[in-house]
Amino acid sequence: MKPVFLWTDILLFLLSIIIFYSVRKLSSNPQFLNKWINVFSSKVGISTFIIIFTYLLIAVLDSFHFQKALNTGNEAQTTTSQVQYEVKVTSVLDVLLGEIPNNVEKSYSAPFSLYSYSKSMLKDEEGKLYRDFERLNYGGAHLTEENDRIGDILIKSAISFIIGLTISLIFIKIHTLYRKNHKRHLNFIHWKTAYITLSCIIIMLTWLLYLGSYYHVLGTDMSGNDVLYKSLKGIRTGVLIGTLATLIMLPIAIILGLSAGYFKGLIDDAVQYLYTTLSSIPSILLIAASVLLFNVYIENNQALFQLGIEKADMRFLALCFILGVTSWATLCRLIRAETLKISQLDYVRAAHAFGVSHSKIIFRHILPNVGHIIIITFILDFSMLILAEAVLSYIGIGVDPSMASWGNMINSARSELSREPTVWWTLVGAFSFMFILVLSANLFSDLVQDAFDPKAAKGAVYE
Amino acid sequence: MNEKVSVEPQKLTNISTNEALKVSNLAVSLKNNSARPLIEGVNISLYPGKIFALVGESGSGKSLTALSIMRLLPEALKITSGEIVLNNANLFKLTETQMQTIRGFKIAMIFQDALTSLNPVQSVGDQISETLKIHTQLSNKDRFDRCIELLTEVGIPKPKTRMNWYPHQLSGGQQQRIMIAIALACEPDILIADEPTTALDVTVQNQILNLIIDLKIKRNLAVLLITHDMGVVYQVADDVGVMYQGNIIEMGSKDRFFYHPKHEYSKQLIASLPSFNHFILENTKEVLLSVENVKVFFPIKKGLLQRTAGFTKAVDDVSFSISHGETLALVGESGSGKSTIGNAILNLEKITAGKIFFNETRIDSLLKKGMLPFRKEIQVIFQNPYSSMNPRLTVGEIIKEGIISLKLNLSSIDINEKIDQLLQSVKLEKDHKHRYPHEFSGGQRQRIAIARALAVNPKLIICDEPTSALDVSVRAQVLDILKNLQNHYEVSYLFITHDLSLIPHIAHRVAVMKNGKIIEIGPSEEILSNPKEQYTQELLNSIPRVGVT
Repeated sequence: MKPVFLWTDILLFLLSIIIFYSVRKLSSNPQFLNKWINVFSSKVGISTFIIIFTYLLIAVLDSFHFQKALNTGNEAQTTTSQVQYEVKVTSVLDVLLGEIPNNVEKSYSAPFSLYSYSKSMLKDEEGKLYRDFERLNYGGAHLTEENDRIGDILIKSAISFIIGLTISLIFIKIHTLYRKNHKRHLNFIHWKTAYITLSCIIIMLTWLLYLGSYYHVLGTDMSGNDVLYKSLKGIRTGVLIGTLATLIMLPIAIILGLSAGYFKGLIDDAVQYLYTTLSSIPSILLIAASVLLFNVYIENNQALFQLGIEKADMRFLALCFILGVTSWATLCRLIRAETLKISQLDYVRAAHAFGVSHSKIIFRHILPNVGHIIIITFILDFSMLILAEAVLSYIGIGVDPSMASWGNMINSARSELSREPTVWWTLVGAFSFMFILVLSANLFSDLVQDAFDPKAAKGAVYE
Repeated sequence: MNEKVSVEPQKLTNISTNEALKVSNLAVSLKNNSARPLIEGVNISLYPGKIFALVGESGSGKSLTALSIMRLLPEALKITSGEIVLNNANLFKLTETQMQTIRGFKIAMIFQDALTSLNPVQSVGDQISETLKIHTQLSNKDRFDRCIELLTEVGIPKPKTRMNWYPHQLSGGQQQRIMIAIALACEPDILIADEPTTALDVTVQNQILNLIIDLKIKRNLAVLLITHDMGVVYQVADDVGVMYQGNIIEMGSKDRFFYHPKHEYSKQLIASLPSFNHFILENTKEVLLSVENVKVFFPIKKGLLQRTAGFTKAVDDVSFSISHGETLALVGESGSGKSTIGNAILNLEKITAGKIFFNETRIDSLLKKGMLPFRKEIQVIFQNPYSSMNPRLTVGEIIKEGIISLKLNLSSIDINEKIDQLLQSVKLEKDHKHRYPHEFSGGQRQRIAIARALAVNPKLIICDEPTSALDVSVRAQVLDILKNLQNHYEVSYLFITHDLSLIPHIAHRVAVMKNGKIIEIGPSEEILSNPKEQYTQELLNSIPRVGVT
C-alpha cells in the first residue's frame, strides 16, 4: 500500500489543523465563546451543525488516498524491492463502502431494479440472438426468485433500521452516562435534538450502505457506475470547493481590505480601483477564460502528472484558485468599510498615542474586530460556491469530467432527461445530496450571522 | 375618532381627583425572566400644569417607565403588574387601535435625539401636518395655518420658510423644537420628555427648558420629564421622583427634596451638584507645554478633481501654556475645536501653522519615530469609555500595551506588579486585569482608561471630555481620582469639557473657546466669578444651578 498525497488533500488537512487551532485560541475569549454558545444552543443550530459535520467527515475520509499493491499472486515478486501498484487510487471512504464502488453494471439501471434500463442483444441457451432487458450483474444478484424483490427490500430495510437504531442507541447511552459524570459538560446544547438528528443520520447511512451492497439504491449511470457511490464521492468535491476557494479568497480580501481601510489615501484608491475593475468584468467569462488557460497548461505539461487523478486534482485546484481570485471583491469592500470605521475609534487613537506600530495596530486592534465579518462571509460563501461549482460544470468549465462531482452529474442529466424513457435518478441523487448540504449550511449561516453581526442583533433590551 | 368619544364621557365623571395620569404599582420584566423585574412598584401621578421630574442613573428604569405609559415597550419585555389610569380608563386594558388614538392625541412624547426621531426625507412641515392628518379632520388650509402657529409657538423664526426645510438643515436645538411642535400638534394633556436636552449644548438646553416651562403654563400640560441632570431638575421641576435600580426610592415636591432629602442616594445626587464657592488656586511652576499660535485648517474639497475650495478653520490662532501639576480646562460648545487641539498636541493631527513646545522641545513637526519619546510624556483619556478599549483584549493587556510598545524596559514580573499597582491607584481590584472591558460599567471603564494612560508615567494627560458619558454620581468619583493622581504624581491635565460646572472641582485655569479661537483665558475663579466676555457670561448663566450647597 502506498499513500498518495494530492494537493487538495494536503490543503484540506492544513485547513482542518488551522480551524482546530484557531477555535482553541479564540475560545479563550468569553465574548467570542458566548456567541458560539448562542449558535449552538438553538435546535436548528445543533442539528444543522451535525449534518454539516457528517459531510465534512465524509470529505476528510475521502481525502486519505492510497494505491493498493497489485496482487499478482506471485509470492516471490512481492518480496522483491520492486512492488507494483494499481493505477487506480483508492480512498479510505472506498474501503468503508465495501463492494459498492466495484459493483459496476454495463449501463443505466433504475433504483432497486434487477434489470438493465435499456434493451440489449442477448444470447439464449441455444445461441440465438434476441433483444431484451439484461439481468444486472450485481443489483439484486443474490435473489434466486425475482418475485421476492419487494419482500427482500422490506426485510433488509427493517434489518438495517434495527442495526442503525442499535448503533445510535448505544452511542447515546454512552454519551448520557458521560454527561452524568461531567455535569457541566456543554449543557447549553439541546441534546435531545442532537440525538434525534444523529440517529436519523446513522439510520439513513446504515440503510444506504446495507441495501447499497445488494441493490443499486439510486440506480446506475450511463457507464454503469452506482449513482449513490458517485453522489458520496461528490461530497469531497463540494466541500473542498466551498472551503478551498474561500481559503484562497480570504487572504487577498483581508490584506487588501485592511490596508485600504487603514492607510487610506493612495493605497485605498488603488485597492478600490482594483475591485471595481474586477467586479465590472462578468465573472463567468473570467472564470471560463482562466480555466481554459489552465487546461492548456496541463495538456502541455503531461509529464508533471503521473496519475490521471493528479491531473484532475490540479484542474480542480486551479478552479478553486480562480473562484477565489475572482470573488474577493465583496469581502474586501466589507472589510475596508469596517476598518475605516474602527480606525476612527478611540482605542485605535489611544494605540497611536502609545506609539504602537502600524502592523501591531492592524493585527491586535483591527483584525480581531473585523473577525465577525470574515466568519459570516466564510459560512455564507460556502453554500454559494457549492452551487457555483454545479453551474460551472453544467456549462462545461467546471471540474474534470473524470472527477465525481454533483455539477458533472447534473451536467450529464441534461441529456438523460431529454431521452425517452427519462433517466431521472442521477439528477435526484446529486440534487438531494447537494440540497441537504446547502440547506443546512444556509440555516447555519443565518444563525451565525444573527449571533455575530451586531446589526442583526434581535430583541435589544432596554434597561 | 370613535375611540375618543368613548373616553370623553368618563372624563366628566372624573371629578374626585384632578390627576391627569396615574401610574400605580407598575412592574416590568423580561419576557423569559419574570423573577427579576426591571422596574417594580412604580407609582406616579401627573397633574395638569405641573412638571414631574424622574431622576436616576442610566439603567435605573426611567425610560422603561415612560415607554410603559405609551405602551411602546420593546418586544423582549412585558408588563407584569400595575395599571395606568388616564381619564378613568386603564391604558393596559385598551386595544392597540384604541391605544393609537391615545398616543399623540392624549399623551405625546419627545426623545433625547431629535435628529434620529425625525424622518430625514420629509420636510418638517409635512411631519407636523402628518400628526394632524391622523388625529383631526382639518382641511389642508387649516392644517397649514396650524403648523405655522405651532412653529411660532415653539420659537422657530421664519416659520413659513422653515416649513419646507428638512431636519438636517436645522440646528440641534431647532430639531428638538420641531419634535416638541409635533408632540403638541394635537393638544395633548400629557407630555413625556425623555432626556430632551441631554444631546444639546448648555446654552441651547436652557432655551429648550424655558420653552417647556412656558408651554406647561400656557397649555396647562402635565409633563413627565426624565433626566439624569439634577441641575435641570432644580430649574424646571415641580415634583421630583428618584429612581434607583427599578424602584422609586424617594418622591416629593422640589423644595422638600432639595432642602431635606431623606434617602442616602438622593443626598449623594444633590451633593454631586456643582458648587461655585470653592476654587482651586492657580499655581506657578515651570511651563510644561506651550502652544503658540496654532492653526488647524481642514481643506474643503470640491468637484471632480478634488480641488481645495476653501478651509474649515477648526483651530484658528490658539496660544496657551500648561505648567507642571496644573490643570487647564478648555471649555466650549461642540464644534468649537477643543478636541482638535488635543489631537494636535498628541501629534495625531497635523497643524497648519504655529508651534507646540513640550519641555522646550518643539514637537509639532516630529515624525512618527521622533515622536516616540514624547508618547511616554503625553497621554490621553477619551470621552466614550465604551469605544476607547479594544473589546477583544483583557484589561491587563490593554494597560500593558503602552508599556510594551514604548519600551519602558520592564521585566514581565515588573509589568504585572505595575498593572496591579495601577489598578489599585484607580480603586479597582487586582483580579480585574483578567477580565474583558464589557464586564465593567462606564465609570469603571473610564478608570481603566486612566490606568492605561498612567502606565507610561506621563507628565501631561489630555482628558477629552472624560466624564460627559458618565452618570453624575460616578462622575464625582472619576474626578476625585484624577485629582488625587495629580497631587500624587504631579501630572498636568488639559481638561477638555463643555460642562462649566466641573471646572471649580478640577481646574486651576480656564480657557474659553468659540469658533476655533480662545476668547478668554485666566484663573478659574476670576473667569467664573467675573467673566469679561459676553459669551462666557452666557455659558455661565445657562448652567442649571441649585441654590443650596
